Amino acid sequence: MTFVVIFILICITGVLLIPFLTVRKKGIIAFTLVLLNSLISGYLSIQSLTGHEFSYILPGNVITGQIPIRIDALSGWFILIINVVFITGGWYGLFYMNAYQDQRKKVSLHAISFIMLYTAIVSMMTIQNSVGFLIAWEVMMFSAFLCVTFEHEKEITLRAGINYLIQSHISVVFLVVGFLWVFFKTGSYDFQAITTFSASLTGSVALFLFMIFFVGFAIKSGFVPFHTWLPYAHPAAPAHISGIMSGVLIKCGIYGILRMLLLIKADFTSIGYMILTISLISGLYGVMLAIVQHDLKKLLAYHSVENIGIIGIGIGIGCIGLGAGNLVIVSLGFAGALLHTANHALFKSLLFYTSGMVYQATHTLNIDHLGGLIKKMPQTTFLFLTAAVAISGIPPFNGFISEFILYTGLYQLLLSATLHPLIFILFLILGLVLTGGLAMLCFTKAFGIIFLGTARKEFQHEVKEGPFLQILPLYFIAFFILFIGVYPKLFLDILQKPIELFTGIPGVANKILQGETFGVLTPISIAVLGLIVLTVMIFLLRRWVLRKQMIAVGSTWGCGYTAPTAKLQYTAGSFVRSYVKLNRPTLLFSKKEKGVIGVFPAESNYESHAHDELEKWLVDKPVKAFKSFLKRFLFIQNGSLQSYILYGVLFILGVIFFPMIFDAISWSIDFLKRL
Amino acid sequence: MLSFSLIFLAALFFTGVINRTKSILSGRKGPGIFQPIKDIIRLFKKGAVYSKTTSSIFQIAPTIYFSSVIIAMLVVPFGQSKGFISFNGDFIFFAYVLALGKFFSIIAAMDTGSSFEGMGASREALYSMFAEPAFFILLGSMALLTGQTSFQEIFASLHLGSPVSYALAVLAAFVLGMIMMIENSRMPIDDPKTHLELTMIHEVMILDNSGFDLGLILSAGLLKFSIFGALIVNLFIGMFPYEYTIPMFFAIQILAAIITGTIESFMARFRMSHNAQFIFALTSVSLLIFFGVLMLLGKFV
Repeated sequence: MTFVVIFILICITGVLLIPFLTVRKKGIIAFTLVLLNSLISGYLSIQSLTGHEFSYILPGNVITGQIPIRIDALSGWFILIINVVFITGGWYGLFYMNAYQDQRKKVSLHAISFIMLYTAIVSMMTIQNSVGFLIAWEVMMFSAFLCVTFEHEKEITLRAGINYLIQSHISVVFLVVGFLWVFFKTGSYDFQAITTFSASLTGSVALFLFMIFFVGFAIKSGFVPFHTWLPYAHPAAPAHISGIMSGVLIKCGIYGILRMLLLIKADFTSIGYMILTISLISGLYGVMLAIVQHDLKKLLAYHSVENIGIIGIGIGIGCIGLGAGNLVIVSLGFAGALLHTANHALFKSLLFYTSGMVYQATHTLNIDHLGGLIKKMPQTTFLFLTAAVAISGIPPFNGFISEFILYTGLYQLLLSATLHPLIFILFLILGLVLTGGLAMLCFTKAFGIIFLGTARKEFQHEVKEGPFLQILPLYFIAFFILFIGVYPKLFLDILQKPIELFTGIPGVANKILQGETFGVLTPISIAVLGLIVLTVMIFLLRRWVLRKQMIAVGSTWGCGYTAPTAKLQYTAGSFVRSYVKLNRPTLLFSKKEKGVIGVFPAESNYESHAHDELEKWLVDKPVKAFKSFLKRFLFIQNGSLQSYILYGVLFILGVIFFPMIFDAISWSIDFLKRL
Repeated sequence: MLSFSLIFLAALFFTGVINRTKSILSGRKGPGIFQPIKDIIRLFKKGAVYSKTTSSIFQIAPTIYFSSVIIAMLVVPFGQSKGFISFNGDFIFFAYVLALGKFFSIIAAMDTGSSFEGMGASREALYSMFAEPAFFILLGSMALLTGQTSFQEIFASLHLGSPVSYALAVLAAFVLGMIMMIENSRMPIDDPKTHLELTMIHEVMILDNSGFDLGLILSAGLLKFSIFGALIVNLFIGMFPYEYTIPMFFAIQILAAIITGTIESFMARFRMSHNAQFIFALTSVSLLIFFGVLMLLGKFV
């Protein structure tokens, strides 16, 4: 009880205190309070992951009924992820916001919404009552909106923010419908009511109930085709908020889906196939579009869609395992999904933070304007490289471990499946492999163009590394990325409790993840360590051999041409050109070209942008059609005060006369009946 | 350990045999089969020239590339004997650890700031991406056939009995052979002897490497050849005792080298713009194997 009260008190203190502080202190206080709160929630989460669930019942009120607050292993795992991202993000944000010291009011609002965001997300993970959940959800969304629109004087930022707000509310519509349905049938807002209600439903209706919740949460997590808010909201936000959004906020959707899987008893096999299909499409579509982006943050945002797809594949595998009663597959699927959730939170937030460093140093995120940053910002470069290798799912980093578990799950599924599922699983393997390959193409492009070679554009200001204290939390994340990659056993031990929630049998995950069926992570650790040691040894050998040799420095081979300029380098566009040519049918490009014409050509330019085909068909066109429909009613909003007064009068008259007319009608019907 | 030493030994002559075959077929006497090794040893003793555009990435990349190949080599089994590292799903690790090397060789090429090398890097990234599905589906169908998920167990329990299974093994050898060509940038994907930067893939990526680094890259290339050769050998030797399998190993490796040399002598490289489609078409051969396995298992009703 004390924990809950302290947790809420800390949040309220922050919100009340921050407006009265100096600019510098606002950030520090906000960060400290979030740190304090994450210590509390972190402590409780670790308790829950070791088997001591925390629960407490808020009295609530007449409408909501009692509000149970519980941190079970699933919430615990997510809260730990949230804490890591928020602490590192908060610290990093302290320095990131230094550039905006003169905007006092904006910083106040930002600090407050940062605390609110943290409190709302953690509350959402713990509240087991649908009204409380929705309130937390709404607070989370609104504070995230405020965080995103920090630079609200820019029109593009505000647009992105509002786009995000609207699409998030569409997700709320679905959630409200789902929760109200349960409420009207059972009369209780408690989450347990969902279980009892779904157990009483027939198969297809229960599936429908799950689908309503799934769509609601899928919008939040950015599954294709509900992903269209992501590529706008992420780039618009300040870097630490982008990192938190991608690392944590979209994971709330994943949390919701997992929670509903625990609560709703439906046909898990069909759910599994449905989730797998959507996830496969998300994974491939996300990375396919990521490759052609020129804006670094937008590229990363599309990669979030891809990674959500990968997490979804894990959830889908787990569901199919649940449907078939195969505990090995259940454990592998959910272990993969949960671990990838953590992994993605780590490397994606690191990527966003480093892209923030790049932005602050160069004031641009256009990949084609950058280049050669490794010489100016070596630390940022190596942190970005770590995350880039990790996100491509390559050992020795963490991305490989979760993808490996997912592959193992898929191959196990393959071994136990019949014909039709087999072909489906084959496509999944194909998709997952292609996703990995495309991610590699994408990140070699991003890394190579931004950090290597020579600068493509001269900047007026000096490009230099940020302060060390700002980079410090990034090293912390990088350490975790490597640590999970080298010693995954520890994290799979922690994951046992959450997985037991799904298998329903204590100790089974332990057997599967560490036992003979899947006791492979030790050899992987050895192999990965071997890789690192071997690399270091060969590198030392190389230095020893080269120490007496003559090392000369020359210019890059240019086919005999000795005065190369930065313009001669490969660009991001040319790097992926053959890929784009292959994918022409699925991608949507717009080009603006002014060619070289005549003997004395004047200025010429070329510009190309990639658009999202699904967005065009699912968002832009319907919105346009809807707008043109609503335009027909524009005469009502004609701007003349007289008309508006008339509407008011008509409304009042309507309110007065409607019951009278109703009475009159019912009287006449009665009269007719009597006749 | 056995597989490690065998692969190492095969690497010593594999490329030499290819070169010798090519020179004999073109009417020359040609260098000895150990010439590639001698070249590498010479490179190891040399100093180096680095481009002033390059950074530490360029220095470390060849080392990582080489060690990733070594680790991949440790995973490969030999018939009944396990590789140095063997676990369920080790072929996933095998593919991904090779991807690590590729990642670094790609970014090292981009580090030079040369558009030639950027072009090579772009092609390498694209082609290796398209080659991977074929490998994963091939191994998936073999896992399905044998019910195992590690290299050694799959190969050890691969019984070649019916004519269908022989056909499958031949197809699998074809797929692995083609992946070998792609991984090593040989004909018909890439022409190692071309003299025009614009038409190279792998060669153009290492234009600026010299001395020790180039030696590492070339020796990794030699090893890669015999690693894939060893995988092909493994398809056929499952049950036999070592007296037969070790000579068979060398015989098949030499045969693979001669075939590669012959192909390179009589074939032209594919059009660069069609390479991606061609490589992806390899996946369909893998799919063919997959359906063959389904037939063998009687899962088609």
